Amino acid sequence: MAAINFGYTISKPRAIDIDRNNLRKSDEILHEMPELQACIGCGSCTAVCTAGNLTSFNFRKVHTLVRRGEYEGAYEEMNKCMLCGKCRLVCPRGINTRGVAMLIKRKLGDF
Amino acid sequence: MKRVIVIGGGVAGMQTALRLADDGCDPLILEKEGELGGKLRDWYVLFPTFTPASEVLAELKGRVIRRGIEVRTSAEVAAFTPHSVTLAGGETLACDAVVVATGFTLFDARIKEEYGYGIYDNVVTSADLERMFAEGRVAKSDGSRPRRIAFLHCVGSRDEKVCQSHCSRVCCITGVKQAMEMKRLFPEADVFNFYMDIRMFGPGYEEMYREAQQRCNIHFVRGRISEASPTIDGRIQIKAEDTLTGRPLKMSVDMLVLLVGMRANDSNARFAAQSGVERSPSGFLAPKSLFLDGVRSTAEGIFYAGTVTAPKSVGECVCEGYAAADAAAEYVKER
Repeated sequence: MAAINFGYTISKPRAIDIDRNNLRKSDEILHEMPELQACIGCGSCTAVCTAGNLTSFNFRKVHTLVRRGEYEGAYEEMNKCMLCGKCRLVCPRGINTRGVAMLIKRKLGDF
Repeated sequence: MKRVIVIGGGVAGMQTALRLADDGCDPLILEKEGELGGKLRDWYVLFPTFTPASEVLAELKGRVIRRGIEVRTSAEVAAFTPHSVTLAGGETLACDAVVVATGFTLFDARIKEEYGYGIYDNVVTSADLERMFAEGRVAKSDGSRPRRIAFLHCVGSRDEKVCQSHCSRVCCITGVKQAMEMKRLFPEADVFNFYMDIRMFGPGYEEMYREAQQRCNIHFVRGRISEASPTIDGRIQIKAEDTLTGRPLKMSVDMLVLLVGMRANDSNARFAAQSGVERSPSGFLAPKSLFLDGVRSTAEGIFYAGTVTAPKSVGECVCEGYAAADAAAEYVKER
């Protein structure tokens, strides 16, 4: 029997809950590329991003979410990256951002 | 010889007195506590080199003693004019000029009640943590090792809600330094720093910040903690916005360290009213000019050194000691 739709929904909590999130993949990513931790959130990568100019892709936001253990949708988001490498040219902390995009895709591909 | 009274025997006051002696004046340090050293006595190691504070203090105190500079401890100043200083006991001392080096007051973290300082266990201030480092026993209140530690920047700084709109400057780098020390003591622990801005203004500070991020694996979250509350298992739950992802964030921690700011001494208001010097809106005493007269007050014969005019680092206070002494010496010679 189909469930009756009463017109009510339950909103899932939006908060990032570090106690519940499994940080294993995040730790693995940071272990392989510790330089990602040097990010200061300036947004230069996102400002020059070719894909971000045409889609909602936000590299800074996606890798920050991954670091907090929020993996859902991250692989699909990273697939919007065209690997042009402009972000790497502008990063003031010298992070190999294109390498980060590849690494996140590799680690989260089986998600 | 011209007598110059230095009010306050912290790093700025001691260096001022040393330089006054070099300049051919007769300095007298008035220190309200039982010994010289000021706030530095409560600090363990100094950023960005992890140099023991006791090393710096012992050297400076040694110079004051070897130079034979007159010091009066437990001498609280009630009032002063350019040519006399009255102690709390009523005694009045004559002089030719006064250098005010009375420093700052640490912000009382209990005022930010939402963080639970003095209410929940394991909420400590940066000053408490320095004391714990110095005593060699950093642990949770039950003696166990913390597994997750959070630092909160800007407690009592840049916050109109507690009438402290100014930036205390040195807490950012102190937060980075203390996070690194905690990581060294507890390598297995996760350390999170919650910040609004990270202001690494000094030489070597930015490099230290990067080392904390990249080598020490300390997590920096841009967002101010809104509240702390106890969990059923005796931990502390904190909430903030992770502003770089635009999502609320929560976690429980074993220790919450509040990086308390520097606020102006209450005595500044009294001094300003009695001596005709001016105060800035932050409550710190206002120098005659921020550019060419940073150690001069708006009144003749009264000079400033150190954090009485604004939050400063140890090195900056020592430099101001030289400058204030030279300005005072020049003034008394022309009198």
